[in-house]
Amino acid sequence: MKLPPFEYACPTTLNEAIALLANHSGEAKPLAGGQSLMPMMAFRIAQPSLLVDLRKLPGMKEIKIGPDGVRLGALVRWRDVIDDKRLAVAHPLLKEAISHVAHYQIRNRGTVGGSCAHADPASEMPGIAQTCEAEFSVMGKAGARTIKAKDFFQGALTTALGADEIITEIHLPAWPAARRYGFQEFARRRGDFAMAGVALYYDLDGGKAANAHIGVFGVGDCQRRLPKAEAALNGKAVDEALAVKVGEAAAAEVEPQEDIHASAAYRRSLTGTLVERAIKAAMVR
Amino acid sequence: MAPTGPSLIGRRMIRVEDGPLLRGRGRFIDDLDIPGALHVAFLRSPVAHGRLKDIDASAAKALPGVHAVLSFADLRPVLTGDRIPQALPSGAIRFDVDPIVLAKDEVTYVGEPVAMVVADSRRVAEDALALIALDLDELPAVTDPVAGLEYGAPKARLDCPDNLVARQSIDYGDIDGAFAKAAHRIKARFRLHKGGGHSIETRGIAVRIDPVDDTLTIHANTQLPHRAKQILVAALGIGEQRIRVVAPDTGGGFGPKAAFHPEELALPAAALLLRRPLKWIEDRRENFVAAVGERDQDWDMEMAVDAGGRMLGLRGRLCHDHGSCTPYGVALAYNAGTNVIGPYVLPTYRLDINWCLTNFVPCAPTRGAGRPQGMYVMERLLDAVAETVGIARDEVRRRNMIQPTQMPYATPIKQRDGSTMTYDSGDYPECQRRALEAGGWADFPARQAAARKAGRYIGLGLANYVEATGRGPFESAGLRVGASGKIVITTGASAQGQGTKSMLVQLACDVLGVAPESIEVIAGDTAGIALGFGAFASRQAVTAGNAVHQAAIAVREKAIQTAAEMMEASAEDLELKDGAVQVKGVPHMKRTLAQIAHAIAGVPGFALPGGVTPGLAASIDFPAPALTYCNGTHICEAEADPETGMVRLLRYIVVHDSGRIINPMIVDGQVTGAVAHGIGATLYEWMRFDSQGQPQTVTYGDYILPSSDTVPPIEVIHMESPTPLNPLGVKGAAESGTIAAPAAIVSAVEDALHSFGVRIRNLPLTPERLLASIQAAG
Amino acid sequence: MEMTDKRTITVSVNGTKHTKEVPVRITLADFIRYELGLTGTHLGCEHGVCGACTILLDGRSARSCLMLAVQADGHEVLTVEGIAPGPDALHPLQEAFRDNHGLQCGFCTPGMLTTLLEFLGDNPDPTEQEVRVAISGNLCRCTGYQGIVLAALDAAKRMKAGRA
Repeated sequence: MKLPPFEYACPTTLNEAIALLANHSGEAKPLAGGQSLMPMMAFRIAQPSLLVDLRKLPGMKEIKIGPDGVRLGALVRWRDVIDDKRLAVAHPLLKEAISHVAHYQIRNRGTVGGSCAHADPASEMPGIAQTCEAEFSVMGKAGARTIKAKDFFQGALTTALGADEIITEIHLPAWPAARRYGFQEFARRRGDFAMAGVALYYDLDGGKAANAHIGVFGVGDCQRRLPKAEAALNGKAVDEALAVKVGEAAAAEVEPQEDIHASAAYRRSLTGTLVERAIKAAMVR
Repeated sequence: MAPTGPSLIGRRMIRVEDGPLLRGRGRFIDDLDIPGALHVAFLRSPVAHGRLKDIDASAAKALPGVHAVLSFADLRPVLTGDRIPQALPSGAIRFDVDPIVLAKDEVTYVGEPVAMVVADSRRVAEDALALIALDLDELPAVTDPVAGLEYGAPKARLDCPDNLVARQSIDYGDIDGAFAKAAHRIKARFRLHKGGGHSIETRGIAVRIDPVDDTLTIHANTQLPHRAKQILVAALGIGEQRIRVVAPDTGGGFGPKAAFHPEELALPAAALLLRRPLKWIEDRRENFVAAVGERDQDWDMEMAVDAGGRMLGLRGRLCHDHGSCTPYGVALAYNAGTNVIGPYVLPTYRLDINWCLTNFVPCAPTRGAGRPQGMYVMERLLDAVAETVGIARDEVRRRNMIQPTQMPYATPIKQRDGSTMTYDSGDYPECQRRALEAGGWADFPARQAAARKAGRYIGLGLANYVEATGRGPFESAGLRVGASGKIVITTGASAQGQGTKSMLVQLACDVLGVAPESIEVIAGDTAGIALGFGAFASRQAVTAGNAVHQAAIAVREKAIQTAAEMMEASAEDLELKDGAVQVKGVPHMKRTLAQIAHAIAGVPGFALPGGVTPGLAASIDFPAPALTYCNGTHICEAEADPETGMVRLLRYIVVHDSGRIINPMIVDGQVTGAVAHGIGATLYEWMRFDSQGQPQTVTYGDYILPSSDTVPPIEVIHMESPTPLNPLGVKGAAESGTIAAPAAIVSAVEDALHSFGVRIRNLPLTPERLLASIQAAG
Repeated sequence: MEMTDKRTITVSVNGTKHTKEVPVRITLADFIRYELGLTGTHLGCEHGVCGACTILLDGRSARSCLMLAVQADGHEVLTVEGIAPGPDALHPLQEAFRDNHGLQCGFCTPGMLTTLLEFLGDNPDPTEQEVRVAISGNLCRCTGYQGIVLAALDAAKRMKAGRA
């Protein structure tokens, strides 16, 4: 399982990196943490002609926290998120989700931008991005643009990124201190890809749920929000019975895939259970 | 003469293997730097069944760095026949299906080697694989052993008359009479999957060819170097003196490294053809598709019991998925069938075993070798009996158990060589009693009820097992003291991480009173000793252990006898202590082992002292005519989540009796490791294929091995019932932990969910399957 | 000969600087094993799951099969060969593995040791459960993890005593 042949470049500026990608007519791949790309190359499922190593690009490794929310440089590693104590307040949902990502060694290398660009349907970070209505700052030959999470993720391993575009930053909107949230993931072993996962939050308005955001991952070909389940939650006093109801709504709403790990029916059932549990967890935060 | 000083046997001693391994100085197969070696990659069949019409390797051969692309036709001139001669005879076999080195005109499983690329590097060899074009006509594949034996099923191999490659039966007692008088009959069908070996080190072979004396040295991480040599001698048709097989440090075996695989012949044959040293290190994808392992058994069973839950009879049919050829005999399903009876009295029994050829990689034993499945069937049925009769799970077992007063207990079962399966020692009821006590069995209902009030579903499971260990016919050992005082042990035993060398060193030190550092063990090298077997059937402490023990005693006797001559003393007045023979109570009057060895190494023209034979050495081939049976009881505490089907193991207790223990630390390690295998087989490991026979789980993301957070703390409690069958009184231990684990875990899960009335039959027990069982019961 | 893109890299491994021209397509694991001859770092799966190839890159554990050699250019690598303080002494973590039967075949051991070296630095006084989580990305097929977990807990004690 040795890697197939490819050329390699390690640019020191973003423009240089973009030019390299643009000149390779879709056969080039950016290399960030490499924790998903390298196995695909080892199995020769991915055979890019050029790898553009992003490690020397400046200014993409910072976590910025401000009044408008959390800005994650695309090259921020999972480990950086876990170690950043500010995030416990600034974005506790992100922090909890990332503790489920893979294992020690992978978290030392994998990046938030790489994970989103790879867009594995079972990954946590795209799920957080969808739930939280993240915005992706990307740069390409045609210049900079911003893509909303709901437009960014288009399917399994498919995003709105052009072949010459690189994510520079992921922006998660500000997190009110009183926000209620829950995160639930079902995997056979710690660190495995989720068979199903849920990231959700809501605010309280006069004792009732408002602004509900419910996102799922590992269910269907893409991370997505569940508007019907959100509607079932919004405007109601949250109790255990409601949690069950919202779970049922979520289970009815998802379009799960069937694969060797689980049938569609099982994933649907898991989704309902996890949404219910995430709401119950949110109630007692 | 009794050894002096306190015995080392039974003591926890640190291992001689550990120092280099901890420093990264192990010498594993891929660590051997073979000068000038070219690297090999195999093109493997992309389909489960097909007619192979043509191989076009012209583009691959043209790739820079590629030296050769070889097919069956290229290798055949240096082989004595078309097939690899396996020579594991059995009357049960209806037709021989020996493996083939590279596919000739038919491919019979995805992963079957078809051609080999020889190149400057492995990466270039892999590049070349993509350039080889195969002309194949796909044929219908047999992908289910039950369907494969039905009328009108396609043939898994065109060169075989049908798919029923072997059949066996176990049949004793008046089975019809037993069922006629039964108070209860319990039927159950089990589809039992068991996974692969999955040693973290894959297979690997390096072949050196010595042009000066025209010999082949084959470095291979095989469990059975001597058998590999025997096959190579036959398949290559060259003399024993020209072939040496030597196993380096080996990163786990667990069964698959015991079978002789096609690559083990392809590399030496290609080396002879090309006159170049070659190296092949299996990658993980190849390991998934081309290394042998276990797979599926379908058991359709019915048990008859009396009103008190005592077994009257058991009957049924076992259909075994054999894969596409026979690389390792037909022991696997027979082991399963005979091991069903476990520690119980089963008055009548009839089992028909049908072996079905399928278009999958061949099946061969992995740790446990069929016994976990057999034990599972018995233990699941006993739990069902308990439920039906209305007695506790521990009580139904007690009522059926063989009593210690019945030892040795001749079962009515005949082994594969026709001898009677006889349990040699053990106290099964006491073993279960200790396990129940350690597991808090009596208090558990209260704990369970309290947990239930807190919304948690916990359960306690129980299972017993017996394992045949120490398979013969013999194992070899030589022990020689050099004139330097250094002691070298050579043995046909082989080591894959079990601490085999440490175990042999401990036994030799015990007899000779020397420090472990003064002993070197050469294991798994056909140049070290002419005959031998190696690692299988939990056998090496029994066979090689007793061989080394006896060789050490012989050397001790000879050292004392020689020293008596040298010192003009009486042998009765001498003892061996701290590496020297000394006059009892007069430590300064002594001859060191080095001096004694030097004296009987001989000086030209001078007679040896006192007419002793030359050399301070002994060779023993220890015969093991009968198997010795270890036993034990597992208790597992599990928690089940009825909403997701997730199972979490909370606690695991093993009471284990493998006779006299040499090193308890090593035995503990063997048991805990084997339990983890059993946990994998029960909850996680599942080699999946689609209906066309395409493997679906060829990454460690898709094929799930037990991890540190899924294996619970395991407590091992020892009993010691020495066997009368060998001087040390030892039994094997290495596989036993796998055997009861599936039954104990599933029993715990059923107990946790007893309020739902869940019935679990099939393995592995995935969350989805468990949730389906809960819904079916509800 | 193979046609391939190459680069010259400088990597410090166990305190020694190595400057070599390497094919860009080789992994850090293959560089360490075959270019430097440090074969203590093992390859169990080559797709980033088994953890046997774990090394420390600038003090942090990483799977060397999931990195290109060229990505380590200018960085510091510690492999299993660099853990012991000298040829006659073992690191307390290695001693704890030996004394608690934390290894059998020894193939996963290098990855266990490097991972635990980082972990016990981050968390000098871990619980059993924390140890189990820390090594959950390192597969062992021999021990059932029992000896490894005991060794890690014992090592934490020894390392603490060593610092006191």
